[in-house]
This record gives sequence, C-alpha cells and structure tokens, in this order.
Amino acid sequence: MLPPVPLSWYLILSAILFALGVAGFLYRKSIITVFMSIELMLNAVNLSFVAFSYEYRRIDGHIYSFFVMVVAAAEAAVGLAIILTVFKNRGTLQIDEVDSMKL
Amino acid sequence: MDTVLFIIFAVVAIVCGFNLIFQKHPISSALSLIGVMSSLAVLYLLLGAEFIAMAQMIVYGGAVMVLFIFVIMLLNAGTEKASSKSWFAQFAGLPLLCLFVAVLAFLIRAALPALPDVRFGRWFGGTAENIGKMLFTQYLLPFEVISILILIAILGAVVLARKEID
Repeated sequence: MLPPVPLSWYLILSAILFALGVAGFLYRKSIITVFMSIELMLNAVNLSFVAFSYEYRRIDGHIYSFFVMVVAAAEAAVGLAIILTVFKNRGTLQIDEVDSMKL
Repeated sequence: MDTVLFIIFAVVAIVCGFNLIFQKHPISSALSLIGVMSSLAVLYLLLGAEFIAMAQMIVYGGAVMVLFIFVIMLLNAGTEKASSKSWFAQFAGLPLLCLFVAVLAFLIRAALPALPDVRFGRWFGGTAENIGKMLFTQYLLPFEVISILILIAILGAVVLARKEID
C-alpha cells in the first residue's frame, strides 16, 4: 500500500509545468509554439487553483479556473486570428523575423 | 490507488511538457499539449473537481486544441529554423530555470507546512450543481462580464481573419 499523495506534490507539479511553459516561451521561435507554451502556463495555474480549492473545501477555486479557461479560449481565438494575419502579411512564422517595431 | 494514478499521470504530464519544448514540428508540440491537458483532467478528477475536469477535456482538449491544429494545418507550418540565441540564454537559461523550480518547491514546502493528504472520494464539491449555483449567485457579475468578453473575442477573431473585400 503506497502512502497517500500530499497536496504539495500537486503544487510542485504545477510549478514544474509552469517552468516548462516559461522555457518554451523563451526558447522556441515559432509563434504557434510560443502560444502553446502560454496555454501550458495557464493550465499549470489552473492546477494550483484546483489543488487549493481541495484544501479549503471551497469551490471558489473551481470558479476561478473556469474563468481562466474561458479567457484562454477567447485568447486562443483572437491570438490565432492575429497569427493568421501576421502570416498573410509577412509570410513567416518565425518570431524573430517579425521585428518592425524594433528600434 | 490514487497514489498510483497521480504518479502515472504526473509523469505523463511532465514528459509531454518536455516533449512540447523539444519537438521541432508544431504538430508534435500540439499533440504533446493535448497529452498534458488530458492528464491534468485526470488529476482534477482526483482532486474532486468533476466539472472542471470535463470542462478541461471539452474546452481545452477539444475546442482550443482543434483551433491550434487547424491553424497549423492552414498555414502549413513546418519545422522551425534554429536561430542564434544569445550566449546568456544558452548558458544561463537551464540553471536559472532549475533554480526557479527549486525555489518554488522550497517555498511550497516551507510556507505551507501542514497541507493535508489528497484522498480520492473525501470531497466531491466540484459538481456541476454546486458550480452552477455559485456561478449564478455569488459570481453573477463576473459571469456576465465574461460572456461579453467572449462576444468581443468572437467579433475580433472574425474581423481579424476575414478576407479584405474591395
């Protein structure tokens, strides 16, 4: 019989996933993959919300993570439309080739 | 039993997360992200959040990822080119990231010392009934605001992605 899982393992898993999302955001060069890394970070934060919600036996955390999901869906729709427009205007998906606002 | 499930799906989530970073093709990254989201849905179930688990599968695993894969295929996104990174990012990135995780883990262990164990079945608060009641009483105003936000997002996506008609 294995010992039960402490709640802190869930939080540490959330921290690891968030760090992976940060790494993907900083290292990858494709706009779509950068965007997917942002989704990964949002998921990690949702896991924290749900874990704390379990600890305090309240469902406020569930409501917050539901709102995060909704905002992420809206963000994905608008962001992917922006990616489509960028690709239409410039013909590239590399993030460092879209630099017309660079001084 | 829930320990075994937690370990299996936590490992799946972490491996898929690494795969998301290291794959060069966007489609492989998208499939890894679906793996992360599905295993997180199982972890939500273990934490007694039925509604959030289902919403995770439907909204994230279904809708958002279909949108991603659709755009990847529409744009015919290929393997990304390796580009020159700064020397600082190359040499200090990984140690700094490990340091970040270590500090977070230390803070979790140190600042929250008496967290209880998670046992499946001890608390089933997150049913659709409870969440619906909460959403339409205490959180009614955020709910309405977020529906307007969704409407704006739909309009914005249509306006941004339409074809210019002259």
